[in-house]
Amino acid sequence: MFVDTVIEDKSLHKPAFLLGLSIAVFAFFFAFNFTDTIFGEFLSPVIGNPQESGFFGRFVVSFVLSIIFVLNLLLISFTRLKIQILIVWIELFFLFLAFAYSFDLELAYIFIGEPSKIWLMISKGLFTTIYISAVSIAIATAIAIVGAIAKLSNNGFAYAIASFYTSLFRGLPLLLQIYLIYMGLPQLGFMIDAIPSGIAALSLCYGAYMTEIFRAGIQSIPKGQWEASRALGFKFGLILRKIILPQSIPIIVPPTGNQFIAMLKDSSLVSVLGIWELMFMAKKIGAKDFNNLEMLLTAAMIYWALTIVLEVIQARIERKYQQKA
Amino acid sequence: MIMNASTKTKNENPLISLRGVSKWYGGFQALKDINLEINLKEKIVICGPSGSGKSTLIRCLNRLEAHQEGKIHVSGVELHETMKDIDIVRRDIGMVFQNFNLFPHLTVLENCMAGPNWVRGIDKDEAEKRAVAMLKQVKIPEQADKYPDQLSGGQQQRVAIARSLCMQPKVMLFDEPTSALDPEMVSEVLDTMVELANSGMTMICVTHEMGFARQVADRIIFMADGEIVEQNTPDEFFNNPQSDRTKTFLNQILI
Repeated sequence: MFVDTVIEDKSLHKPAFLLGLSIAVFAFFFAFNFTDTIFGEFLSPVIGNPQESGFFGRFVVSFVLSIIFVLNLLLISFTRLKIQILIVWIELFFLFLAFAYSFDLELAYIFIGEPSKIWLMISKGLFTTIYISAVSIAIATAIAIVGAIAKLSNNGFAYAIASFYTSLFRGLPLLLQIYLIYMGLPQLGFMIDAIPSGIAALSLCYGAYMTEIFRAGIQSIPKGQWEASRALGFKFGLILRKIILPQSIPIIVPPTGNQFIAMLKDSSLVSVLGIWELMFMAKKIGAKDFNNLEMLLTAAMIYWALTIVLEVIQARIERKYQQKA
Repeated sequence: MIMNASTKTKNENPLISLRGVSKWYGGFQALKDINLEINLKEKIVICGPSGSGKSTLIRCLNRLEAHQEGKIHVSGVELHETMKDIDIVRRDIGMVFQNFNLFPHLTVLENCMAGPNWVRGIDKDEAEKRAVAMLKQVKIPEQADKYPDQLSGGQQQRVAIARSLCMQPKVMLFDEPTSALDPEMVSEVLDTMVELANSGMTMICVTHEMGFARQVADRIIFMADGEIVEQNTPDEFFNNPQSDRTKTFLNQILI
């Protein structure tokens, strides 16, 4: 993206904007009435018993909250960009923690037991999730290359099969595909285990999406590259392998990375087949002791951490190709 | 190639021959009954207003475009839809494009080695030797390890010429090779082409560079509306144009 070299005044530093913002923020806090929350308790020296503070309490709480909020924005706005990003990240993270804290959870629960529940989640659940995702991603990529070539070919059979495939597997909910494969294939006489059917469903579904990504990536290479290759007497496969695919990789990587991240999370859907992956274990363990939310939150954090790792890897790969280009 | 006495021309085995070639884009006829013979070592310049079918014509010669009527023969091989050995024909026809069409992910050297190494079956060392020699011929051996987008337009076009020459073609096709260049880069590309012409290469050039045409062409072909209106030696073409369309065109282009 192009960042203009002429910097406008920050809107936060314009009095009119600041005033307008303050009023809007105050109105928000006032409308949603935070007197009954932890903020009301903090301000009880001023407003007395929050429950009985009435309009005065509501006004004070909203006023203090909006002052803190706007002051926070203003202070952050004077720091450098990287520090701004860091502070906002940390603040949002703490807000998220506060949200989770408000569930009144028994967090020690996930660390007790022998082996501890969190260790069970990581050693068995996380391992299974990564295993299923990694195998599915590899198969989906292979499907996508073949599918993209088929969709670009002049062969009627290849095109028809590929377009029917992408239409079907992009058109059905993934959960339905998982059931269809697990319960449908045995009807044909193929006994298929839960993990292979989960992998098959994820591969086929994401292979369909990635077929379209690969096709678009290949098509985005200028026609002149094909013409120059043909004029040198190169055959189709050689052109694709040596000229077109290497050039489309930088175009394909970002959306493919998104697909990988989406697939990692969608692998939770195979829990319906009773596969001991993260989601299934979180539900199973938590339900036993009625500590559902603790385990679900643990799973949520593990998924999040995993996707952050994938995002970092994706950014690295993107940077590598940008340098080369 | 079988020819009866009446169709015999001065050369019995032209390198390229077109007989009654026509081509349509939908309802629009881009080429109308083209008859042409090009002999080994001949230098042909094709000119004409835009949309006259010049580019279409030379793109038919290595079948980047398909013609619908008539026959095109290159080295005695007829080009048609179901031919098996089009790649073998193409390897003998070098082509230089208006937009260079270098491979941006390969270095200049790799661009030049690709053809010989991948399809001529020449080993890497030999292909590299040949590529370096050709880059010397177009006077940019020092750019060998750069990527195309690090080069100026004129340099890129010279690399494109070197890349084609590495295949040791029998004939070189130039499709408006200087049209996409900044004015100050035109002459370096034309100089390269003049040298190539002097070395005896068969060349077919679509270009508006009339100075170049005058200097190297054995024959100038003037096209308009998909037809060959006039063909002649440069002297006759410039000093004694036959048709009105040629006269108008020359008046416009020579100012």
